[in-house]
Amino acid sequence: MFNFHKDHKKLVIVALSVFVILSIFISVVPASNLQYVQPFPTDEALTEAERAGLNVYVQENCVACHTQQVRGIEMDKMWGDRPSLPSDYYYTKKRLDVWRQSPSLLGSERTGPDLTNIGKRQPGEGWHLLHLYNPRSVVNASIMPSYPWMFEEKDATRITDEDVVVPVPEEYLNEPGKKIVAKPKALNLVAYLQSLKQPEMPGNEDVEFIPSIKDDLDVAQEARKSGGVDGEKLYMNTCAACHQQSGKGLVGAFPPLEGSSIVLDDDPELMLQIILAGYDARSDYGVMPPFAAQLNDEEIAAIANHERTSWGNDASEVTAEDVKKVREYVMEMNQ
Amino acid sequence: MKKLKISLSFLTILLPGLLAAQSEGATDNWLASPGIIGTIFLVVLVLVIAVIILLTRFNAYLTSYKDKQKHKDRSDFTDEISGLEDDEIDAILENRKKAKKYRLQGNELGSENKAVDKKGLIHNLTQRPNNPLFDEKKKHKIRLETPEELKKIMIYYLGAAIFWLVFGTLVGEYLGLKFVWPELDKVSWLSFGRLRPVHTNTVFWGWSSLAMIGLGYFVIARTSNTRINSYKMAWWAFILINLTVVFGNIALMAGINNGGAEYREYIWPIMLLFAIGLVLTFINFYKTVAQRKISEIYISNWFILASLLWTITLSIIGYLPFYQDGLGETVVQGYYMHQGVGMWFMTFTLGLVYYYLPAALNKPIYSYSLGVLAFWTQMLFYTLIGTHHFVFSPLPWWLQTVAIVFSAGMFIPVIAGTTNFLMTMKGSWSHISKSYVLPFFLVGTVFYFVGSSQGSFQAFRFTQYIWHFNDFNVAHSHMTMYGIVAFFLWAGVYSIFPKITGKEPPQTLVGAHFWVAFIGLFAYMISLMIGGTFRGLSWIEGNAFIESVILMKEYWVWRAVGGTLMFFSHIIFAYNFYYMIKNRSKTDVAVEGKERPVYTTESKEINA
Repeated sequence: MFNFHKDHKKLVIVALSVFVILSIFISVVPASNLQYVQPFPTDEALTEAERAGLNVYVQENCVACHTQQVRGIEMDKMWGDRPSLPSDYYYTKKRLDVWRQSPSLLGSERTGPDLTNIGKRQPGEGWHLLHLYNPRSVVNASIMPSYPWMFEEKDATRITDEDVVVPVPEEYLNEPGKKIVAKPKALNLVAYLQSLKQPEMPGNEDVEFIPSIKDDLDVAQEARKSGGVDGEKLYMNTCAACHQQSGKGLVGAFPPLEGSSIVLDDDPELMLQIILAGYDARSDYGVMPPFAAQLNDEEIAAIANHERTSWGNDASEVTAEDVKKVREYVMEMNQ
Repeated sequence: MKKLKISLSFLTILLPGLLAAQSEGATDNWLASPGIIGTIFLVVLVLVIAVIILLTRFNAYLTSYKDKQKHKDRSDFTDEISGLEDDEIDAILENRKKAKKYRLQGNELGSENKAVDKKGLIHNLTQRPNNPLFDEKKKHKIRLETPEELKKIMIYYLGAAIFWLVFGTLVGEYLGLKFVWPELDKVSWLSFGRLRPVHTNTVFWGWSSLAMIGLGYFVIARTSNTRINSYKMAWWAFILINLTVVFGNIALMAGINNGGAEYREYIWPIMLLFAIGLVLTFINFYKTVAQRKISEIYISNWFILASLLWTITLSIIGYLPFYQDGLGETVVQGYYMHQGVGMWFMTFTLGLVYYYLPAALNKPIYSYSLGVLAFWTQMLFYTLIGTHHFVFSPLPWWLQTVAIVFSAGMFIPVIAGTTNFLMTMKGSWSHISKSYVLPFFLVGTVFYFVGSSQGSFQAFRFTQYIWHFNDFNVAHSHMTMYGIVAFFLWAGVYSIFPKITGKEPPQTLVGAHFWVAFIGLFAYMISLMIGGTFRGLSWIEGNAFIESVILMKEYWVWRAVGGTLMFFSHIIFAYNFYYMIKNRSKTDVAVEGKERPVYTTESKEINA
C-alpha cells in the first residue's frame, strides 16, 4: 500500500500532510490559544510617544541583543520581581502595521541586559539619552553601539526652550563647545524604555523562582535571614550606571559620591532621604529617581554602607533601623 | 581476581546505602545533585569492573583453546614427516638446494625491452618532481556528460551563492570586530542591530539556499536518469531568490524590519519572492522526479522534495498574521526558526550527501533503510522541538516539555545518518589522505553528529541555566550551519564541478581552503563556548551584568580571529570555483567506443 520507493505522489502527500498536521498541533493551535490573553488591570496601554518609541526599538533591532523576558529561575531575579507572564505582552506585542508583524520582544540573546523592568531600574531620562548618545560615557565597559543619528549637534546660541539638551561630557563631543540635542526619535525611544515596568500582579503574592542550584538557594536564604546583603553587588546593579563603579560620577551629569559631604555626613538622614525619595535640587546634575519602592530597608542600608566606606570614604555605619525611620518620615511627607 | 570480586561485592553492598543517604531533599534538579552524579558514577564503575572481569575470563579461555590447537598441529606435523617415502624427501631437498643457489641476472625487469603502455593505463606524464610540500591528491578521472543548460544553471546558482557567502561573512566578520571595537563606525545603516540580520539572512537565503538548490539540480536529474523538467523555471527561481536577498538586505539596513524575529526579519512582500522561488523549484524538481527513467525514487530525492515542501509550509505558517499577537508570535517563532534550520538546511543538505558521498567514493550508500528511517524520524521529531529555544519562558509548560523530550529523540535520526555516512566511508579511509573532497565530507559528518547531539543536550533544562541567552548559542549555530551545512556543500561543489567542467582546482588551494576554514571554525567555536560558559556561571552567581561583558572581551577577540580565518577561506574557495569554471570545456567530450546512455541520447523537446 505504502510503496514510497516507487510512488512519488504518495511519498510527497504523506510527507506534506504529516508535517502540516504536526505543525498545526505544535505551533498554530498553541499560538491561537494565546490570542485570548487579557491584560493586567494594573497595566496601561502605550501612549503615542511610547508606541513611536517601540517602532524605533524594532527599527534599530534592539531585539538582537536585549531580551524582555524574566524566566522563572533564580538567576533571572535580577531582571524582575516575578517571572514574566503572557499578559505582560498584551499591549506591546501587537502587529505593528500591514507590513510588519508583532515585534519579537522576548528575544533570544542577552548580549546586553534584559529590559523587562528597565523603566523601574533606570528611570532617569537624562541617563537614557546620554547612554544612547554614547553608552561608554556612562558605562565604561559597554559594547553597545552609539546612536548619534538620533541626536543633533547645535551651537549653544541656537538652543531653544523646547530643545532637550543632553549633558554629554566634553571628551565625548565631536566638536567642543557644541550642544547635543535629542531628536524626537531618541525621546520616543526613551519614553518607551521608561514605560517598561512589570505591572504589579493582582494579589501580589510572592512568586517562587526555581533555584539554579539547590545549594545556592539555601545559602541565599541563610544570608537573607542573617541580614548579610551584599552592598557592593547591589550598588553595582542599582547605582553604578550613574555614579560609576569608582564612585566618581560623571561631571555634568551625575554627582560623585567619593568625598561627597552628604555621603560623609555623620547624620545619614539626608543621604537616606535622597535614596528613598529621589533628588532634583541641582541644575548642574541629572535627576535622581526614588528607590523606596524598589529596595527594602536592609538593602538600602547595605548600599549606604558600601558608599560610606568605599573609595576612601570613612563614615559611620547605617543600620536598617535608621532606614526604617527615614522611610516612615518620607511616607508622611508624601501624604 | 579474588580481590576484584571482593571489592565488587563490597560496592554492591555500599550502593543502596549511598543511594538512601543522597535521596532525601533532592526533588528538583535531581540530575545535578551530587548524589545522583555519584550514583551514576558508582553504577558505571561496577559495570566497568564487571566488563574487565568478563574480558579477562574470556581471554584466559581463548588462550587455553589456542594452546590445545597448537599441540594438535604439532603432532599432526610429526606424523606427516615420519610418513614420507625416501624419494619424496629427496625431491624436497633437491628443490631447496636449487633455491639456495639462485642468483639475479640483472635483466629480470625487462630493462632491455621497449617501454610500451599496452593497456592505456598511463594518464599523465611529467618530468617535474612532485610538489615537495604537499601530498599530491588523486585527480578526478570520470567526466560526466551533462547538458549544457544544466551546467549553466549549476554554475550560476553556485556563483551567486559564493558571492553571498563572501558578502555575508564579510558582514559577519565586521560584526565580530564590533564586539571588540564598538565605535568602529557611527553610520546608522551599519549599526550592529541592523547589520546582524543582514549577516544571518544572507548566509541563509543567499549562500546556503542557492548552493543547495544548485547542487540539487544535478542530483535530481542524475538520480532520475532524465533531464530537468524546465530550465526556464530554474532561472525564474534563481532571479527571485537573489532579489529576495538584495531587497531584504537593503530594507534591513534602512531600518525596515519585520519585528526582529530571527530569520523572519525580511518583511512579507520580500519573503514572498523567496517563497515563490521555492514553489517553482519544488514543481520543477517534482516533475523531474515524476519523469524518471527508473522505477525507484532515490533517497536523496525524498529528502530534497520533502524539504522544499516543508519549508514552503513553514514560511506560510511563519508569516500568516492570524495567531501572532502576544506570545502567539513567540510560539510561531520557536517553530519557525528551528524548522528553518532543521527542515530546510539540514534536510536538503542530507539529501545532497546521500548522493555526493557515495558518488565521490564510487560505491553505494551503506544502508538505504537507515536513510529511510532517518527521513521519517527527522520529520516526526524535528518538527516538535522548536520551543526548546524558549525554555523557562512564559510559554505553556507542556510545549516546553514536548520540545525537550523530542530533542532527546533527535538522537535517532542523527545516529542513523552518522552511522550511514561513516559506514559508507569505512573501507575507504585511505581515500581520505588521497582525496581533496573526502576530508570535507568527514568533517561535515563528524559535526553532524557532534553539533546535533550537543544541541539536544543544550535543550535540557539544566544546561539551559548556563548556556541560554549567551554566546554559547552563537557557537552552536556556527557549529551546525557552518560545520555541517557549509562543509557538506563545499564537499558537493568540489566533488561535482571538476567532473562537469573538466577543470580541477589547484590542490594546494583546496587544501588551504579546508584547513583555514576548519581551524577558523574551531577558534570561533571553542572561544565562544568557553566564554559563554563563564558568562552563564557569572549570571548564576548574580554578579553585576557588566562584569559578564568584561570577562567576554578576550573571547570576543579570539572569535574575531577565528572569523577572519573563516572569511579568508571563503576567498580561497571563491578563487577555486572561478578556476573550475573559467575556460571550462563547453561541449561534452565524446569518448570513443563507449556507450553513453545518459542524457544525450534523449532528445526531448522542452516547451520553453
